Amino acid sequence: MSIENALLELRRLDDLAHQDTPLHRLDARAKVLATVLFLVSMLSLGRYEVARLLPFAAFPWLLATLGGVPLSLLLRRAALALPFVLMVGIFNPLFDRTVQLHLGPLAVTGGMLSFSSILLRSMLAVTTGLALVAVTGFDNICRALGRLGMPSLFLVQLQFLYRYIFVLVEEAGRMMHARALRCGAATRPSLREYRSLLGSLLLRTLDRAGRVHQAMLCRGFSGTMPEYGMPTRFGRAELRFCLACGLYLLAVRIFDLPLLLGGMAGGLFR
Amino acid sequence: MHMADALISPAVGGTMWAVSACLLGYASHKLKTENDDSRIPLMGVLGAFIFAAQMINFSIPGTGSSGHLGGGLILAALLGPHAAFLTIASVLAVQSLFFADGGLLAMGCSIFNLGFIPCYLAYPLIYKPLTGGAPSRGRLMAAAVLSAVVGLQLGAFGVVLETTVSGISDLPFGSFLLLMQPIHLAIGLVEGVVTALLLAFLHRVRPELFGIQAAGAQPRSLRPVLAGLGLAAVLVGGGLSWFASADPDGLEWSLAKVSGKEELAAPEDGIHGTLDALQKRVAFLPDYSFKAAAEPEAAPAKGGKEQEAWPNVNAGTSLSGVLGGFMTLCLAGLVGFAVRRFHARA
Repeated sequence: MSIENALLELRRLDDLAHQDTPLHRLDARAKVLATVLFLVSMLSLGRYEVARLLPFAAFPWLLATLGGVPLSLLLRRAALALPFVLMVGIFNPLFDRTVQLHLGPLAVTGGMLSFSSILLRSMLAVTTGLALVAVTGFDNICRALGRLGMPSLFLVQLQFLYRYIFVLVEEAGRMMHARALRCGAATRPSLREYRSLLGSLLLRTLDRAGRVHQAMLCRGFSGTMPEYGMPTRFGRAELRFCLACGLYLLAVRIFDLPLLLGGMAGGLFR
Repeated sequence: MHMADALISPAVGGTMWAVSACLLGYASHKLKTENDDSRIPLMGVLGAFIFAAQMINFSIPGTGSSGHLGGGLILAALLGPHAAFLTIASVLAVQSLFFADGGLLAMGCSIFNLGFIPCYLAYPLIYKPLTGGAPSRGRLMAAAVLSAVVGLQLGAFGVVLETTVSGISDLPFGSFLLLMQPIHLAIGLVEGVVTALLLAFLHRVRPELFGIQAAGAQPRSLRPVLAGLGLAAVLVGGGLSWFASADPDGLEWSLAKVSGKEELAAPEDGIHGTLDALQKRVAFLPDYSFKAAAEPEAAPAKGGKEQEAWPNVNAGTSLSGVLGGFMTLCLAGLVGFAVRRFHARA
């Protein structure tokens, strides 16, 4: 990913997180807990399940729709995350050739089923994770993790990192830009150039860290990040959200919704 | 080496999350007792540096491919293991949340593979003993390359182990190992060289950064390093043979996922009991109570797979795993010494 693109993508999610919808207003803990429940119940399905994964798509779809997140953005990002999963999963159809079911003349092997299952799992997990960030925002997720027991030092680190990613990625972008102006963008830096580039980026980073620390001390840094915005609490709306998501997820985890629907549809024609 | 959610089971993901959460707590606690405020902004900004540095690629001479900095080792060398561990974990969290690079449930695995191994194994056992005081350029290069290679080899091994135990992928343990280890040998070499170049640069222009370490440690002999590596190999081998032991109960938490069966009775003592208790505490769905409701017609279909769900894991495989690991170490050592000699001559 190019430097400019990475910054754009970061900003895009950040902008989406600053919207004001009922979903955005919910306490972040509710959304984090619902996402964890989603991941655990979805990923704990058997490896040959394909149809049963489909009802789980309702959860990211719901987050995206209620939170004003464009589905195209989620799907594009999810597709970008596929290569590693593909690399490992592609071997399933080769190794597992026991026929599991027949669709007309087509014999579907276990490997084909589990491969489709892996792809579907990946799409579902990735879209949900991105949707969570887009409807919650990084600071709120950090705050929620803190209230759920994550060590405060780690949270400070996460928030620091997030703030300075923008600064340093821009710095790196400027350096690459300057290099491209001098010797053309077509060539990648050689190892020698790379050392100088990264070395001076590192020096600037260290200097900046020193200045940041001074500035923080001047403003009375006490070891925790100040919270801005209204403090939210786990109220009725959060409870309703968690209950609704929880019940739906449990239902589709326990019952085979596609099978039930198929059975009902079959009953109509009998 | 970022693990994907799609390839792990909740049992593996949850267990590794619990391990990583404990490590995060431990590192935070350690850092707090050191009470060094100035390190907090340094950690944040260096994390962002790693992030930015990963977007600059360089061309690897003679291959046409490109490489970039991974970052675990250089963070450990600059910040010490605890701060570096927290920094890497935070970088992984941001990558996972914003770029879908590694899954959320799998983040525990990623933190362990890319954080714990370089910071708490490769750095203190290999890098630090080799580079006490003011190391020569060659020594620095050898130490960085050796620890990067060993760190990434162990990390890749972790990925293979976690994926195989999860039982979602059909890739046999041995083939997956053969796929992952050589790639990460190459990545480790590049990582080590880049880290060493950067560290040598910093040694030259900012020697005060390394002042704290220079006062204490002296360059030590290779013996404790080799002992540490041997110990690590035995631990890895031991872990492997635990999975491969004749008593298949060690796998019940993964098999239960695959076969849809109630858990088998695991011995209550030792590592089984501990892991079991740990897992029960962290698992959202303890004892997989959902499985009781799993439709009966699906069970026989899966029952046939039960035997194959854990292919290739037997004493022979674990022996070859240990042997392979040993050979990798030897190879890494050879490369490290070759580079060192080359630099001594240059």
